[in-house]
Amino acid sequence: MRYNYSQGTIKGRVHSLESFGLVDGPGVRYVVFLQGCALRCKYCHNPETWAGSGGSLWTAKQLFDKVYRFKNYWRDNGGITVSGGEPLLQIDFLTEFFSLAKSRNIHTAIDTAGQPFCSDEKWLEKFSRLMELTDLVILDIKEWSSEKHKALTGMGNDNIKEMAVWLSDHGKDMWIRHVLVPNLTDGEDDLKNMSEFISTLKTVKKVEILPYHVFGVPKWEKLGIKYELNDTNVPTPEQIARAEELLNIKKEREN
Amino acid sequence: MHDFEQWESFEGVLWKREINVRDFVQKNYKPYDGDESFLSGPTDATDKLWGELQKLQKEEHAKGGVLDMDTDVVSTLTSHKPGYISEELKDLEKIVGLQTDKPLKRAFMPFGGIRMAEQACTNNGYTPSPELHKIFTEYSRTHSDQVFSAYTPEMKKCRHAHVVTGLPDTYGRGRIVGDYRRVALYGIDFLISEKKKDFDNCGDGTMLDEVIRQREELAMQIKALEGMKKMAEMYGFDISQPAKNAREAVQWLYFGYLAAIKTQNGAAMSVGRVSTFLDIYIQRDLDSGDLTESEAQELIDHFVLKLRMVKFARITTYNLLFSGDPVWATLEVGGIGMDGRSMVTKNDYRFLHTLENMGPFPEPNLTILYSSKLPESFKKYCAYISVKTSSVQYENDDIMKPVWGDDYSICCCVSATQTGKEMQFFGARCNLAKCLLYAINGGIDEKLFEQIGPKYAPITSEYLDYDEVKEKYIKMMDWLAGVYVNALNLIHYMHDKYYYEAAEMALIDTDVRRTFATGIAGFSHVIDSLSAIKYAKVKTIRNENGIVIDYAVEGDFPKYGNDDDRADEIGIWVLKTFLTMVKKHHTYRNSEPSTSILTITSNVVYGESTGATPDGRKAGAPFAPGANPSYGAEQNGLLSSLNSLAKIPYEWALDGISNTQTISPDALGHDDTERVNNLVQVMDGYFDQGAHHLNVNVFGVEKLIDCMEHPEKEEYANFTIRVSGYAVKFINLTRKQQLDVIARTCHKLI
Repeated sequence: MRYNYSQGTIKGRVHSLESFGLVDGPGVRYVVFLQGCALRCKYCHNPETWAGSGGSLWTAKQLFDKVYRFKNYWRDNGGITVSGGEPLLQIDFLTEFFSLAKSRNIHTAIDTAGQPFCSDEKWLEKFSRLMELTDLVILDIKEWSSEKHKALTGMGNDNIKEMAVWLSDHGKDMWIRHVLVPNLTDGEDDLKNMSEFISTLKTVKKVEILPYHVFGVPKWEKLGIKYELNDTNVPTPEQIARAEELLNIKKEREN
Repeated sequence: MHDFEQWESFEGVLWKREINVRDFVQKNYKPYDGDESFLSGPTDATDKLWGELQKLQKEEHAKGGVLDMDTDVVSTLTSHKPGYISEELKDLEKIVGLQTDKPLKRAFMPFGGIRMAEQACTNNGYTPSPELHKIFTEYSRTHSDQVFSAYTPEMKKCRHAHVVTGLPDTYGRGRIVGDYRRVALYGIDFLISEKKKDFDNCGDGTMLDEVIRQREELAMQIKALEGMKKMAEMYGFDISQPAKNAREAVQWLYFGYLAAIKTQNGAAMSVGRVSTFLDIYIQRDLDSGDLTESEAQELIDHFVLKLRMVKFARITTYNLLFSGDPVWATLEVGGIGMDGRSMVTKNDYRFLHTLENMGPFPEPNLTILYSSKLPESFKKYCAYISVKTSSVQYENDDIMKPVWGDDYSICCCVSATQTGKEMQFFGARCNLAKCLLYAINGGIDEKLFEQIGPKYAPITSEYLDYDEVKEKYIKMMDWLAGVYVNALNLIHYMHDKYYYEAAEMALIDTDVRRTFATGIAGFSHVIDSLSAIKYAKVKTIRNENGIVIDYAVEGDFPKYGNDDDRADEIGIWVLKTFLTMVKKHHTYRNSEPSTSILTITSNVVYGESTGATPDGRKAGAPFAPGANPSYGAEQNGLLSSLNSLAKIPYEWALDGISNTQTISPDALGHDDTERVNNLVQVMDGYFDQGAHHLNVNVFGVEKLIDCMEHPEKEEYANFTIRVSGYAVKFINLTRKQQLDVIARTCHKLI
């Protein structure tokens, strides 16, 4: 059941909530999935979060009050992760939400593909304010080359790389993630280049391969969108190991 | 000050001057914060005895649930010659003593009610002795008969309509935990001498009712202590003196408990908080080299074997209420002392380890007194046992300790009681969902169509108005609380008189604190019904006589179990309103009234006798058990549900708030390590909010369905699940109850 919390100033469009997230950040996370994304990744497992409409409307305060009820489950290492959709599309709401979280010293993370990042001065100002309130950015790099990124997601990725550099320059902790789709996002040169790029970043705490899975496929059918990867298999353990090697993932990086 | 040689090397003085087991424990136990790696596996003897017992249990199951029964011997402390698991293996039994002369043979216990005792025989195909019938009907009286002789017509009506229900008027009230540790620490002779002192100082010579009663009760207690000595003698033990080593300590303590279960067939016959106490004896023997770890584990395994054998003869309708043959041999581990030291000892591990050495089993009802501040390794071991066996329950030590101290026991499923200092008048429960329907129908029962409650003005409108319903509900609840409390007063008067627990009370202080434990059934349905009336539109559907028999809900409404204050606050209101009304009334022997939100498996039977409720629950459908949210109401995952439960104020439900949850193993983690860590984290978060209780089941619905369809499979012989407040073998539930358990929410989402 979803209620429409519609009082307040800035309203966030929330797709769904998960109270016990174990993979999206350190410790136990309360994960807020925001509605709306501009990318159209061919393997997206949450296509229902694409639309900029729908979801339920919450003020930051309402959402925070709800989430804060779960603080006891976080112990000393968990916290809040905002995912999506693309959380940066609702940056004003997100900033208000995280300022409430930070007022209670809660660990905050965003899980983003970086698409909204732009060097526009006004936007950057907002982004820096948000980053002051964010402890960890989990950045998905979908593809290395901008052309392939565009073919996969509908948009190029020059700004996403810029964002990674910006975060590195501003001392913001990052986890880098890459979804591994056999014969699509596993090109040897691409992974090597990506690895090289990552090695130039100063604040990367973890690099993760997310193996492609097909759990989201029925959602495409339900939404009546054609799924192009029907012939694609999930990666084998060997394929994952190879990609991890190419990305130079051996152990947890310094922490 | 006494100083027995058996007490050598024990510290402290207070407990030597007078009976004070808590002081002994605090002065002598050694906290253990290591992990489970020290534990020993089962010995050959354990394997053999457990193998033999399993054979007997299979035979029992094949015979329809009862292996053997007495029909012409009245069970007393000394009525039976010694019994063993098997004659050939009896030398292997490190701890001895059975309720009767044969394993799993059920005793004849007429004092709670001769008719029930006889019915238990006939229900199971046995013929009770005509001679005993004559004795207990013509020459003597029994508890149940006397209760019914004194009931008012109104009480009988309420009982008949199941608006008050499960009352201990046809069975022993149970829930009295003797401090069985006293037998081991002091020996019987010292206990007798202390009780004699109390007897000598009882009253100033003026024979008031209370004084006479107390003197009579003390005389019975002393007689029971003498009887315990004789009972132990029959097994070749002299328990007049304190236990001198670990084996004797376990044996002496068990004799104390055996005395209770030979003389009482209460619904709940708890063992109590014995683990840390026994560790002191075991540790002393380990330190002196008189015992090995393997032998220590064997003692605990064999003690637990005995607790796995406790049986009572029950009538069919009793089994429908409390299914699967439970005895609530509740036994606690864990907890933290008032001084902040963890009370976890190696023995707490040993008790949990019995579930590995001898596989999962419902009894004893192992209860972990939980706190997020318990040693991490112990919390993880508990969680591991839950993930592997679904056989243990958790209760919040942090909230119980301020009320009951650090030496309380759990006397049933969730009810705390100070060990050796307190007794409880168990009160079953009021059906508050039915009471709401009475408020709407002006006291006419929606199933029987009889005037059961007072003839208050019914609601005549088509749609229910929240304020009107609430006002009428308060009035109806006020009436019901009165009938209920008074029925209980009458029951406990008779129980004290005709079925006094002499053996248990002999091991409790003479100056005893008494609690009066009422209870609530239908909690979640009352909340959701009131919420539906308040936040949606509820239309009444009436029969030809204008009685509301069903409801149509139009629109959505917040439901209890989603961490939504709009619903959860209603629950808090219901609880506080009910207890406030209970407290208006005189309670027997000036006992302290409390309440619980607990139904055990009786949620199925209570639901059956209750019409449709305004939350959309159909007539006859099972209630949610205990304080659980209604089936299908939890829509935001496990943690939201736990958060709702955690809001219920324990201070207003000191008799306990039962919550049973089933989590799919996949939702809890990819492997056991992850599952264990996550379960600990969930429980820390839940209990740190002040929640009271959690039954943890870790399995998928598929397993339940397969077990229901293929109960003969070897893997299901001891497949144990937690239901409201106790554990039960799934194959021992009725099909209806199995279906009910299957219908409950299995959290695939945390």
